[in-house]
Amino acid sequence: MREPAVALSGVSKHFGDVAAVAGIDLDIPDGGFFSLLGPSGCGKTTTLRMIAGFEFPTTGSIRIKGVEVGLEPPNRRPVNTVFQSYALFPHMTVEANVAFGLQMKKVGSAEAAQRVARALDMVQLGGRAGARPAQLSGGQQQRVALARALVNEPAVLLLDEPLGALDLKLRQAMQVELKELQERVGITFLYVTHDQEEALTMSDRIGVMNEGRLLQVGDPQSIYEHPTSRFVADFIGDINLLPATVIDRETVELMGGSKAGAITGEPSGSKVTVAIRPERFELFDPDETIPAGSNRIDGTVARRTYYGDVFYYDVDTPAGRVEAKEENRPGVELYGHGDPCVVVWSPEATTVVRG
Amino acid sequence: MTATVESEGDLLEEAARRADSRRGFLIALPSYVYLMIFFVVPFGIVFVYSFATRSSTGRTILEDFNLNSYSRLFDPVVARIATRSLTLAVVTTVLCLMMSYPFAYYIVSRGTSVRNALLILVMIPFWSNFLVRTYAWRVLLGSDGPISQISQALGGGEVRVLFTTTAVLIGLVYGYLPFMVLPLYASLERMDWQLVEGARDLYASGWTAFRRITLPLSMPGVVAGSILVFIPTLGAYVTPALLGGARTTLLGDYIVGQFLGARNWPYGSALSVGVMAVMLAAAVAYFRVGAKTA
Repeated sequence: MREPAVALSGVSKHFGDVAAVAGIDLDIPDGGFFSLLGPSGCGKTTTLRMIAGFEFPTTGSIRIKGVEVGLEPPNRRPVNTVFQSYALFPHMTVEANVAFGLQMKKVGSAEAAQRVARALDMVQLGGRAGARPAQLSGGQQQRVALARALVNEPAVLLLDEPLGALDLKLRQAMQVELKELQERVGITFLYVTHDQEEALTMSDRIGVMNEGRLLQVGDPQSIYEHPTSRFVADFIGDINLLPATVIDRETVELMGGSKAGAITGEPSGSKVTVAIRPERFELFDPDETIPAGSNRIDGTVARRTYYGDVFYYDVDTPAGRVEAKEENRPGVELYGHGDPCVVVWSPEATTVVRG
Repeated sequence: MTATVESEGDLLEEAARRADSRRGFLIALPSYVYLMIFFVVPFGIVFVYSFATRSSTGRTILEDFNLNSYSRLFDPVVARIATRSLTLAVVTTVLCLMMSYPFAYYIVSRGTSVRNALLILVMIPFWSNFLVRTYAWRVLLGSDGPISQISQALGGGEVRVLFTTTAVLIGLVYGYLPFMVLPLYASLERMDWQLVEGARDLYASGWTAFRRITLPLSMPGVVAGSILVFIPTLGAYVTPALLGGARTTLLGDYIVGQFLGARNWPYGSALSVGVMAVMLAAAVAYFRVGAKTA
């Protein structure tokens, strides 16, 4: 296996009595798009800043491409950062901004000019080399910040919620662009965000953080489909969380006494939470035959909400109120307030999390 | 049709702009009146007097306008005094800048409460009279003052600083330091420190990041502070009069001497107008340079 681009072991950071990062072990594979995802204050930005060298860890070791960087200042680390506010130098032209890192590394002026031009072309700003940052739009400033960092060919590119300041349309376009850029240049991207959609769409791997700890690391699908904790299940996407009791390795009992198939791995009798995505639910008429092997629970529709492409149903069941999401297909059967129905889902879509 | 709507909109906007500027004028009116009475009119009088003639008894004859007083500005005496004043003003400005920048930087780097306390400390001297504070330096620097006494107690000699250019320099730096600290503080306080992190991230050492980012971005403060110190020190009168010696005549003393001692109001007026012209030219040039670098 290739050496990880960044390896954190036992890294913590205390500010006074507060542990912003409370012991993290993490290997970030080389050449991929890795996202640190979590709510604000979860320690993801502090982790990024420790890798960049703006903060020093209280304990633990940080290695970049196998080299310990623990107490090295930022200028002596082979990483570059795209800041949330871009941090473009307002008194320099776009070109001078992008050339700054090369100039500091004493790259020859002919080579530097060539690399700056190439970096600006890469972000489609070749024509704005002489402009000041203030003359550019938010999206363009964002691209300059990317070019300014990538021109140095860092071992890892650190991105601190760089899309936060852009409007929705531009943000979505930039998500695709960032991912394509990463694949093209092959540099490891470490992306910090609180936006689960950003993390899911762009990343090869995601690390979910909360309260200074790393809760789960995996590819987007495994994070979304198989959360291992109640926090991860709840934080990423919409999800129904139902209290349940484990019966055996393949069965849980929901509130109201109905049994459901699930993959538990927990000892019989333990109190757990069952997590099911709304889109995994299907609604059937009470007298319809349902697919064999499916879980079922009878309920009454409390509300139907129209979203254009989908309908959301709130269904009251003995196990609690659940939310089901149905695609707006032609000929789809609609249920209204008070209609009896059967909520159906497969055992594989039933994730059991502790707590 | 659309054209008419557009031009109607333009007319409305134009009317709103005019109403705005009328309101602006009304708000500024008291300041205009104040400046007219206490600045423009007196300066007009000085300007007119600078073309007048001094009678043999020291009276000013307004009927006879000429450029005689201005021709005297090219006297070697004036050149000597002006050079001395200019040097002193430049040295004072540079010393103030060198002392204030680290201090302003330090203030900005502190938390809010410490920051406010330090700013109040900077402003405390303004609570007492400038004249009184300058007199205090006379006591401090005198040959039997505390500094001299400490020097003697430690086995050194008597400190003879009072009534020298050094004493004037100490007094001027002391007096005008806050005028340098405050604009520097204001410009450093507005600074986006993430830019420094950005430079560090792009392999700049701490010193290089300061030289390439912090210093250029704080130039407006450097320019404003330098002008606020340079201009009053160039024409300083009180400090040199109290702390300086008889041999260190400066522009301020010299002009006052023309009005009070030599009773040559036209020449004093011409000197004043000349000094003001130089100051104005210096300020304009300095602002231009500042605007370019910032």
